[in-house]
Amino acid sequence: MSIFIDENTKVVYQGLTGSQGRYYGLLNRDYGTQVVAGTNPKKAGTDVEGIPIFATVADAVEATGANVSCVFIPAAGVRSAVLEAAEGGVDLVVVITEGVPMHDEAYFFNKLKADYPDVRLLGPNCPGLISPGKANIGITAGHIAKEGGPVGIVSRSGTLTYQALYELKQKDIGCTTCVGIGGDPVPGTSFIDCLAAFEEDPETEAVMMIGEIGGSAEEEAAEFIAANVSKPVVAYIAGLTAPPGKKMGHAGAIVSGGKGTAQAKMDALAAAGVRIGQSPSEAGDIMAEVVAAL
Amino acid sequence: MDLFEYQGKQFFASYDMPVSPGEAVTTVEDAVAAAERLGTPVMVKAQVHTGGRGKAGGVKFAADIDAVRTHATNILGLDIRGHIVENLWIEKASDIAEEYYVSFTLDRSAKKHLGMLSAEGGVEIETVAEETPDAIAKIWVDPVNGLAEDQCRQWVLAANLNPDVTDQTVDLLLKLYGAYTDGDADLVEINPLIVTSEGRVHVLDAKVTLDGNAGFRHDLDPFDATQPRDEREAAAHAKGLQYVGLEGSVGVIANGAGLAMSTVDVVNQVGGRPANFLDIGGGANADVMAGALEVINNDADVQSIFINIFGGITRGEEVANGIIEAMNRVDISSPIVIRLDGTNADEGRALLEPHLSDRLMMAPTMLEAAQKVVALAEGTGS
Repeated sequence: MSIFIDENTKVVYQGLTGSQGRYYGLLNRDYGTQVVAGTNPKKAGTDVEGIPIFATVADAVEATGANVSCVFIPAAGVRSAVLEAAEGGVDLVVVITEGVPMHDEAYFFNKLKADYPDVRLLGPNCPGLISPGKANIGITAGHIAKEGGPVGIVSRSGTLTYQALYELKQKDIGCTTCVGIGGDPVPGTSFIDCLAAFEEDPETEAVMMIGEIGGSAEEEAAEFIAANVSKPVVAYIAGLTAPPGKKMGHAGAIVSGGKGTAQAKMDALAAAGVRIGQSPSEAGDIMAEVVAAL
Repeated sequence: MDLFEYQGKQFFASYDMPVSPGEAVTTVEDAVAAAERLGTPVMVKAQVHTGGRGKAGGVKFAADIDAVRTHATNILGLDIRGHIVENLWIEKASDIAEEYYVSFTLDRSAKKHLGMLSAEGGVEIETVAEETPDAIAKIWVDPVNGLAEDQCRQWVLAANLNPDVTDQTVDLLLKLYGAYTDGDADLVEINPLIVTSEGRVHVLDAKVTLDGNAGFRHDLDPFDATQPRDEREAAAHAKGLQYVGLEGSVGVIANGAGLAMSTVDVVNQVGGRPANFLDIGGGANADVMAGALEVINNDADVQSIFINIFGGITRGEEVANGIIEAMNRVDISSPIVIRLDGTNADEGRALLEPHLSDRLMMAPTMLEAAQKVVALAEGTGS
């Protein structure tokens, strides 16, 4: 098993005809993902290396049965692209695009919640998600992940996620699903959503969580873990020594007014029984111990 | 991006909110001329991207032109929490009867907009929140529905303001919410929002942070031009690199914001001091690497450089070739330690091998690389 996506997932790429969309869409197809469609209102009826292009997500869903959309549209168009995807009938919208204005994110997050409550949003500004051996949607290098289980991964950071997948593979540990929730202020899918899904997934027996400074998502996850998660969780938090008031790359990664520090997040998670690695490698080592003891 | 007070007021004025007439100046002569045009009394206010201006002596009342000259002379060049005052805002003075506080920002937990309104303005809201939390009326606004007038009125009533100004305040707060959303602000704060002795509700201060991501629908250039940025940050910004200047001696280059943050952490953990945070993004090709090395190389405080790359889709060979080519283009003055891992890391390391020297080293893990690069920065390594 895996969460959110599996071998039956069919993906439509909004922006498949653009350079980034084409590059990653084809890489995802090479991985084995069912990339069934792309959209571009001006290029409907054409194809990208055999992948048919439709005018809208609704058309693509009707013709191909796509149930997930992956958005590679430039930031200015993301708000309407997300709404088009939800209206078009997919179950999951994955937004890779970075640089989406906060007010657009806040709008479409709440719009989906109100009008399309069964549609899951992942991102924006996220690397996507991969269920190794089954489907890879987004910009993760599929070959650095070992298929199977027993570890599920959820992360706010792209490269640190790859690092985690790679280290686990080197230790011969598989991953059920790895979800990059992204580093923006209004992530469509939260740590808690992923933790809840991993808790339900019989194949996932332990969870690796990678957080960073800013906001209180890790603290909220800690509360959720204490009350609802029976599986062992290992965490790493980036930005322990980040100076206050500076955005560290991601729009959401900022310590402000003494809030959102890495130390507070680590303390909250440790109090919830989560084992904390002081570096990404140490978190990998701890996870290896956890897996060996399962 | 943070706006100066005067820019924030111009921003509010463009949404039809009542602000005082004033002029932004950079010299004592212009301050005097502005005050003569406006008519005394005026306020002479330092324009800096930090709080605590009043306590630092950066905000003064000037009853006449002589006082304007004295205050402008004293305030220009003043150091307020590390910010040197270069700009002044000369504003017509107001008669203050009451001081309120109001702000809108995103509540990241609730994923809704949070409005805070208090009859206890003029002091830091953190202090009010700590000492008299009940004095702050909060409202959560759904971004889809926006702020309705009756909802806004309930909120104003809950804040226990002077009942005579309820209508005016409701009107102003609806405009403020409009400025916040339509103007793509991350934060709008008015502290104090005043009631004048004639009973008019008026914006006396403005703290506005605009969302740099919304540049495709607003002209942010005038605000971008006044951002405090050290030379290193300006150079990196021009190359499109994600750079934050720090105060240490170890230059840091990594791909990905998380890895860059993690690299800064590990340098600190082994007792070093990072000179910067620099995220070159996913690609790590020669152009990007050369640009990053140039920025780091121009930082006189840098004694050693840590390049930390994890290859994902970009393979180790490409990363290695990028580094080798970048080093041919840039004359680097500090020794470099590379940690290369991920896709085809072995192939990449093999390519780097012939280039290794006491100026270019490799380490297998982040921790070992950090120890080596910190020793080099302190002149104890080799």
